[in-house]
Amino acid sequence: MEAILTIILIFMILGAIYSLHARDLLSALISMGIVGYGLVICFLLLKAPDLAIVQILVETITLVIMVSVVLDSTRHELKEKASIVHDGQSFINSRYVGNIFIGVLIALVLLYTYHFAIENLSAFGEHLMRMSGPYLEDAAGTTGSANMVTGVVFDYRGYDTLGEATILVTAVVGVLTVLRIQGRK
Amino acid sequence: MSVIVKKVAQLLSGLIFMYGVYIITHGHLTPGGGFAGGALLAGSMILLVLAFGSDVMGLKKRETGSSIIENSAILVFILFATIAMLVGTRVFFHNFLPVGTLGELISAGVIPLYNIFVGMEVGAALFTIFLALVIYKEEVLK
Amino acid sequence: MILYLLCFLLFLIGLYGVITRRNVIKIVIGLVFMEFSVFLLLVLVGYVEGAEAPILDETIISGPFVDPLPQAMVLTAIVIGLASNAMLLAIAIRLYKKYGTFDIRKINELKG
Repeated sequence: MEAILTIILIFMILGAIYSLHARDLLSALISMGIVGYGLVICFLLLKAPDLAIVQILVETITLVIMVSVVLDSTRHELKEKASIVHDGQSFINSRYVGNIFIGVLIALVLLYTYHFAIENLSAFGEHLMRMSGPYLEDAAGTTGSANMVTGVVFDYRGYDTLGEATILVTAVVGVLTVLRIQGRK
Repeated sequence: MSVIVKKVAQLLSGLIFMYGVYIITHGHLTPGGGFAGGALLAGSMILLVLAFGSDVMGLKKRETGSSIIENSAILVFILFATIAMLVGTRVFFHNFLPVGTLGELISAGVIPLYNIFVGMEVGAALFTIFLALVIYKEEVLK
Repeated sequence: MILYLLCFLLFLIGLYGVITRRNVIKIVIGLVFMEFSVFLLLVLVGYVEGAEAPILDETIISGPFVDPLPQAMVLTAIVIGLASNAMLLAIAIRLYKKYGTFDIRKINELKG
């Protein structure tokens, strides 16, 4: 299980790196699809079928919306001003090296805090289930639903569902306001 | 789009709509639930809009109708939660209908009703967002 | 532990995209990568080796189940991510209409 997940994650990382450096915006969006659909396979391997259904649909809708935004506008990556690499000078000059140095420094600082966060987690596959023990025992009897994730989402954690529905309504109102063509008289 | 694309889109979108309704109503028995089924409903409508092109007037009427469906679905959802507060143990999301036996279609109290209204709300919200973008692009960015 | 490290690497790639790219669409794509890495980390934490999906059946009555709490959280988070991406893209369309480009170096006429 770990080996398969590692291979899929490496594909996703390669797709992500290509997607941010593509010259054509349409290629960047298709590479974003690699990461999204790879995530669907990861969810299926990690025994989470609800999440796989939702992620595949949301990824498709996101891709359709973004392609319709990009397709009628400038598709090509903007021309870089040749301010970093001049002809005749050496390839490594001080600004380029400085940027890479700052990037590696920030990555090391974040890796240090990541180490503090991860060292209290148990290894992959050995979950303590300290909080979910009571949920898993009582879910079928108290809520009556055979799908325990639905029971948790709508019965034990109903407020989160209400908050999420509110966020969706607010996003729709926001999109309709931003894309208004002319105001009312 | 050609005639073949339009006919196949009509057939497929009907099937996808039925599949979405199945996933919503069986949300407490099989994997799925309100959000997955709602996204499928939105997907079937988006397929129809993509295949048939866009005359802006018809799309504007659809956008108004879809926005009304979304807002009334979230209103009924909050109404159910408030009724649960007035009945029984005064808790906001209390499961007040009888629980029934495990594995039946009509069981699990008020959860199937929650699933249906959240599914309608999510589907209508995603479809409204898509229509707003398409109408704006058609009218302005020409 | 290497899986957690690869998730963190995906998060760093998304952060790099948000900071250094100058096309608005690439900034949105970087934000999407950051969200995906967090979803994957949450579901990875809740996995139990050799357990089944948390759905009761005629054949699966009891026995070790995968943790349903992270799945419920990520289910909500995926839909919220879609809503915020749609909002960002609406703003991006408005920017393109006003300035004619997606370059953030040319979008600098914020009047007070």
